[in-house]
Amino acid sequence: MEKIEANITKAGGYTGTRMSKDKLFKHVMTIGGLSVIIAISLIFIYLASVVVPMFMPATMEPLVRHTMPGATAETTVHLTAEEQAEIGVRFTAEGGVSFFNIADGQSRGEARLALPAGAKISSFATGDLAQKAVAYGLADGRMIVTEQGFKVTFLQDTEDSSKDIRTISPSLAYPLGEAPLLVDDAGQALSKLTVQHRGTETTAVALTEDKRLVMAAFESRENMITGEVTTERSSIELPMVEGEIRQLMLEVKQRDLYVLHGERFVSHYDVMNKREPKLVQTIAVVPEGQTATAITILSGGYSLIVGSNTGEIAQWFLVRDDNNVEHLTHIRAFKPMGHAIATLAPEHYRKGFLAGDIEGNIGLYYATSNRQMLTRAAGSDPVLAIGIAPRANAILVQNGNASVQTAKVDNDYPEVSFSSLWQKVWYESYQEPEYNWQSSAATSDFEPKLSVAPLTFGTLKAAFYAMLVAVPLAVMGAIFAAYFMSPKMRSVVKPSIEVMEALPTVILGFLAGLWLAPFVDNNLAGTFVAIFMLPSSFLITAWIWHKLPEHLTQRVGPGWEAALLIPVIILVFWASIAIGHPIEAAFFGGDMPHWVTNELGWNYEQRNSLVVGVAMGFAVIPTIFSIAEDAVFSVPKHLTTGSLALGATPWQTLFYVVLLTASPGIFSAIMVGMGRAVGETMIVLMATGNTAVMDMSIFTGFRTLSANIGVEMPEAAVGTVHYRLLFFSALVLFAFTFVVNTIAELVRQRLREKYSSL
Amino acid sequence: MRKWFKDGDPWIWMTGGAVALSLVMVYAVVWMTAAQGLVHWWPKPVAETTFIERDGKKIRLIGEVRKREEVSVIRLRESGYTLETQDKFTHRYLIKQGNRDITGIDFKWYPGPMLGEFAYPRNLIAVERREWGHLYGQLRAVKENGTVVAEGEAAWPALQERLSRSNALFKEIHRIEKVDIGKVNYAMERLRLKERKLQLQSKLTEADSAAFAQQREQLAGEFSALQERIEKLRGEIARDTLVAEVMEGQQVDVPLANVADAIMPNDMNVLQKTGHYLVKFVEFIFDDPREANTEGGIFPAIFGTVLMVLLMAVMVTPLGIMAAIYMREYAKPGPLIRIIRISVNNLAGVPSIVYGVFGLGFFVYFLGHNIDQLFFPEALPAPVFGSPGILWASLTLAILTLPVVIVATEEGLSRVPRSIREGSLALGATKAETLWRTVLPIASPAMMTGLILAVARAAGEVAPLMLVGVVKLAPSLPLDGNFPFLHLERKFMHLGFHIYDVGFQSPNVEAARPLVYATALLLVIIIIVLNLFAIRLRNRMRERMKGLEGV
Repeated sequence: MEKIEANITKAGGYTGTRMSKDKLFKHVMTIGGLSVIIAISLIFIYLASVVVPMFMPATMEPLVRHTMPGATAETTVHLTAEEQAEIGVRFTAEGGVSFFNIADGQSRGEARLALPAGAKISSFATGDLAQKAVAYGLADGRMIVTEQGFKVTFLQDTEDSSKDIRTISPSLAYPLGEAPLLVDDAGQALSKLTVQHRGTETTAVALTEDKRLVMAAFESRENMITGEVTTERSSIELPMVEGEIRQLMLEVKQRDLYVLHGERFVSHYDVMNKREPKLVQTIAVVPEGQTATAITILSGGYSLIVGSNTGEIAQWFLVRDDNNVEHLTHIRAFKPMGHAIATLAPEHYRKGFLAGDIEGNIGLYYATSNRQMLTRAAGSDPVLAIGIAPRANAILVQNGNASVQTAKVDNDYPEVSFSSLWQKVWYESYQEPEYNWQSSAATSDFEPKLSVAPLTFGTLKAAFYAMLVAVPLAVMGAIFAAYFMSPKMRSVVKPSIEVMEALPTVILGFLAGLWLAPFVDNNLAGTFVAIFMLPSSFLITAWIWHKLPEHLTQRVGPGWEAALLIPVIILVFWASIAIGHPIEAAFFGGDMPHWVTNELGWNYEQRNSLVVGVAMGFAVIPTIFSIAEDAVFSVPKHLTTGSLALGATPWQTLFYVVLLTASPGIFSAIMVGMGRAVGETMIVLMATGNTAVMDMSIFTGFRTLSANIGVEMPEAAVGTVHYRLLFFSALVLFAFTFVVNTIAELVRQRLREKYSSL
Repeated sequence: MRKWFKDGDPWIWMTGGAVALSLVMVYAVVWMTAAQGLVHWWPKPVAETTFIERDGKKIRLIGEVRKREEVSVIRLRESGYTLETQDKFTHRYLIKQGNRDITGIDFKWYPGPMLGEFAYPRNLIAVERREWGHLYGQLRAVKENGTVVAEGEAAWPALQERLSRSNALFKEIHRIEKVDIGKVNYAMERLRLKERKLQLQSKLTEADSAAFAQQREQLAGEFSALQERIEKLRGEIARDTLVAEVMEGQQVDVPLANVADAIMPNDMNVLQKTGHYLVKFVEFIFDDPREANTEGGIFPAIFGTVLMVLLMAVMVTPLGIMAAIYMREYAKPGPLIRIIRISVNNLAGVPSIVYGVFGLGFFVYFLGHNIDQLFFPEALPAPVFGSPGILWASLTLAILTLPVVIVATEEGLSRVPRSIREGSLALGATKAETLWRTVLPIASPAMMTGLILAVARAAGEVAPLMLVGVVKLAPSLPLDGNFPFLHLERKFMHLGFHIYDVGFQSPNVEAARPLVYATALLLVIIIIVLNLFAIRLRNRMRERMKGLEGV
C-alpha cells in the first residue's frame, strides 16, 4: 500500500497541506497511543517503586570519630540523643552530662548533676528510653531522677523571611524535683540501681552496699484545687537471690523486676503490688558453661535481650501458660556476634536493639523479624557504651576512653523479613507463635504484627468458596447455552448474563451482608437442603419429562430445558426453606447455628464463607460463563456434525468431541474467574466479619488482601512500613491477576489458532 | 433407565439447570432490590398493639410492623425472653416504634407470642422529624407560643396549615445557610489565600493590606446581616409546636421547626398514598441526606456520581480511542504489539482496588503534593490537590476503564471491512483522511459502546473510590455558584459508596435499610439501562458490519 501511496504522491495527487496533515495525524496518534501504553505500565512501576525500599537492607554511613566530649577521665554510663538526632548526650558515672553535635562532635554544652552538699554518687540507672528519665544512686541511700531536656526555638531567618532557624538548647531537668528521694530506709549506699519513671508513678529498686534488695515506690498526686503536688512513698525489702547480683532491671510499667545474678541466672519478681512483691521464678538464661554478659529490656518493657560471653544473643519474655502462670521463656536466638557481648542498647520506640562486643564490633538487630540488620567494626577495643537516637536514625558508640563515634543509620523497615511476613512469629505477650495481622494499635509500646499469611490465606479461601459455587454453574451453564440451548432462549440468556456481570459488586455485597447472611443464619438447615435438593430435582424433572407421553413433550422443542427448570428451582427452593425449620427442630435441637457451635464446637459467624461463596460466586459466574461459552460455541461445526452422523448422541458428541476440543478455553475461563475472585473487594468487605483468622471452615469469615487494603489504606501514614506493606499487597494482587490473565489469554489465542486450522 | 443415563439426557438437564439457576439468581437480585427499594416511599400503616414485658407488665406499642419471621425459640430464650412453649419455632416481629429520643431504640424485635392483637386506629399520626427519626402517636393539640390554639379534631387541619408555613420558613433558612453564607465563607477563604500568597511572595504592601481589611470587613458585614436574618427566621419558625401522645402515654411537645412531614397513614386512601409516594420520591432524588445519611435524599450522591463519571468520560474517551487507533492502524503488527494488546486486555482483569492504591499513591500523594507545593503554597499546610478529591477519583477511574474503551474501539476498527479502506485510499485519500472520514465514522458505534460500558463500570465501582476521594458526607458539591464553579479538588459523595457506608458503617442499620435498598435500586437501574443500551448498540453495529462485508 505504501508503494501505491508513494506513486500517487509522485503523480502529484497530493497537496502539501494534506500530506502534512496526514503526517501530523500519524504522529499525534503514535505519541498519544504510546504514552497511554506507557502510562499504563507506570502502574506496575510505581507500585514496585513504593514496595522496593521496604526490602532494601539497612544502611549506615561510616562511623565518624570525635574527641570525647566532656571529662575524658570519667566513665561513660549512657549514650543517647535528642529526637532530631542532632545532639548526642553522654552521661558519666560521676554525674557529668555532655551535649555534642552528632555530625561533628562539637560541644553543645556541659551540665553536672545538682548534688546536695556532701552527697556522693554510687550508681546509675536508665529508665525506659522513651520516658527519658535516668537516675543516680547516692552513697546515703537516696537517688536523684533527672532527664535531658531540649528546648526547641524557632527564630525567623534575617536573610530569608520564609525560613525559620531552628535552635535546640539542651539542659537537665528534674521531673521529681532536685531534692534526692530516699530509696533505702537504712541509708546504705546504693551500689546497683534500676528506676522507672512514667507519668505519676516512679519506682526504684536498689542493691545496697550491705547486700540487701530494696524497693521504693513514689506516687505523686496533684491536688485539683490548689495544684500542689504531693508524693506518697512506700518502701519494702525484697527477698534475696543466690550469687552476686550483677544487674537490676525494672520494666516501664513497673510491674515486673528482673535480676541478673550469678553467672547465668535471671530472677523474675512480680512487683505489681508494691507492698507485696513476690519472687516468681529463677531461670538460667544461657546454657551451662556460658556467662550472661549483657542484658537489656526492649522498649515497651516486655522483652529481655540477653547476650553471652560466646556472642550469642537471645530474646526472652514472660509467657502465660494455660493456668495463667507466667514463665520467662526463651523466644528466639539471633545471629551471634562472634565475640562476647559487652553491651546492649534498645531502640527508644521500636523492638530493635544494638549490641557491642569486646572486639569493638557493633550489630544492629530487630527482634520481631529476627533480623541482624547490619554489623560494623568500630575499632578493636571493647565497646564500652552504645546508644541509639530516638528515631533510630543515628547510633553512638564508645570504645576506648578517648573518643566517641557516631554514624547516621537508615533503618526504616526492620520489621519486614521473610519470616515476619510469611511464618509464625512469637509476638510479645502471646502464648505461642502465631500468624497475625494487626498493623496498628492505640498504645505506643505496641509491636506491629505484619504477617501477610492470614490475609493471603483469606484471599485464597474466599476464591476457593467462590469457585466452588461458580465453576460448576458457569461451566455447565456455558455448555448448555452454547451447545443445547435454542437460539431464541439464547437471545434472552446472553444479555441477562451480561447484566449479571455489570451489577456493581457493592450491591451484591450489600445484599449478601444485609439480606443473605441473616437469611442463611435463620434458615441454615433449609439452605443446605436446597443445595442438595436443587441438583437432584433437575434429574427428577428430567426423568419425569422422559416418562411423559411424547405428544406432550414434543410441544416444547429441544433447547428449552433450562426454561422448564426455572419454576422447578423456585418451587424446590421454597420447599427446602419451608422444611428447613422442621428439620432443625427434629435433628438440630431447634437451632442449627446453635447446634454447630455447641455440639460440633465449631466457630460460627453470621457473615461466613458460605455467604461470601454464594455472593462472590454470583459475581464470578458471568466472567467464566462468557469465555467458556465462547470457547464451546466456536468449536467447528463439522466436528460435531461428523460425530452426530456417526451415531453418537448429542451428549456423547459434546463430551467426547466438543469438550475435549474446547477444554483449554474452559480452563482459561476458570483462570480469569479465579483472577476476579482473588481481587474482589466490596463483596468480601461487606459479607464477612473481616477478621484475619486461618481456618477453612465454611462457617467462619476471613480477611482478604483486597479488603484489608480497603479498610486500612486511608489510615496508613505515607512512607511507613504499614503503607508500603499495603502497596505490597496491591502489587501481589496485580502481579497475580496479571499473570493468571496472561496465561488464560495465551491459552485462548492458541485455541483460536487451532480452531482456524481445523 | 441405564440407557437413559448413557445417552446423556440427564446431564443435558443438569447443564440446563445450571443456566436456569444462574438466571433465577440474576432476576432474584434485581427483583429483591426493586421490591425492597420501591416500597421505601409508600406510607406504611401504623399499628397499635400490646406487649407483655419480662416483669409481666402489659405495655402499649405503636409503630410500623416492618418484618415478620420465623425464629427458633432457643434464640429468643438466649436473648432473655421466657417462653412457655414446647414448639421449637415461633414468630417475631420487627417493629419500628420511632420516638428515638424517648425510648432510645427505634427498631426492635418482639416475640410474637407476647404481642396482642394488631389494631390500626385511624387517628395515629406518623411525624417525620428532622432529628431523632419518626414519631408515632396520637395528635392531641397544636400550640402557638406555648398556648393551645387547636385541640382534638381541629388539631389535624391546624397542624397541616402551620406545617406548610414552617416548612417554607425552613427552606428559606436552609437556602441562606447553604447558599448565601456558603458564598460569604468562600469569599473570605479566597481573600485569606490571596493575602497569604502576596505575603509569601513578599509583595504585600500596606495598601493591599488595607484593601484586604476593607473587603474583609464588608464580608463580615454581609455575614452578620445574614446571620441576623437567620436568627429572625429561627424565631418565627419556633412559634408552633404540636403535642402528641406517644405509646407510653406521655404527652410530647414537638416544635414544628423539627417536623418535615406529618401524615395519618391509616386514614389515607390509595390516591393520597400515591401522592405521598411521589412527593417522597422527588424528595429522595433532590434532597440532602439527614441523620447521618439514614434519612432524607441522596442528591449529593447522585450529583457526585454523575459529575465524576462525566469527568472520567472526558478523559478516557480521547485517550482510549487514540491508543486503539495507534495499536490497530499505525503500530507495526508483530510480537511487541501482540504483547501490548494482551497486557491491555489483562488490565481489565486487574482488581479495581489496585487502581485505587495506585491513584492514592501516585495521583494524590505524589502529583497532588507536588502541585500543592508549586501552585498553592499559600494554602499550606492544608492540602488542596494533595488530598483525595474528585479530579483524582475520575482520573483513577479513567485508567481503570481505559482497557474497556481500547478493547471496544479496537474491535470496531477491526470490523471495518478492508474494502472500505482500500476504496478510500484508491480514490486518493491519505491514510489520515481515510481514518477520519470513513473508518472512524463506521467504527463510532463501537467507541460509543466502549464509552457506555466504561461509564457503567465507573458508576458501579466503589473500592478504588474509597481511597481517592469519596466521603460519607461532603459539605459542598464539587460544582456550585462560586468561581471557578468546578472545584476539582473537592471530595464528593457517590451512590455506590453511599450504599456501603449507610448499610455497613451507620449506627442505625435497620433504619437505613429501606433507603439503602432504594439507593441500590437507583444504581442498578442506571447500570442496567446503560448496559442494555451498550449491548443493543454493539449488536446493531455487528449486524451493520456484516452487511458491509459483502460490499
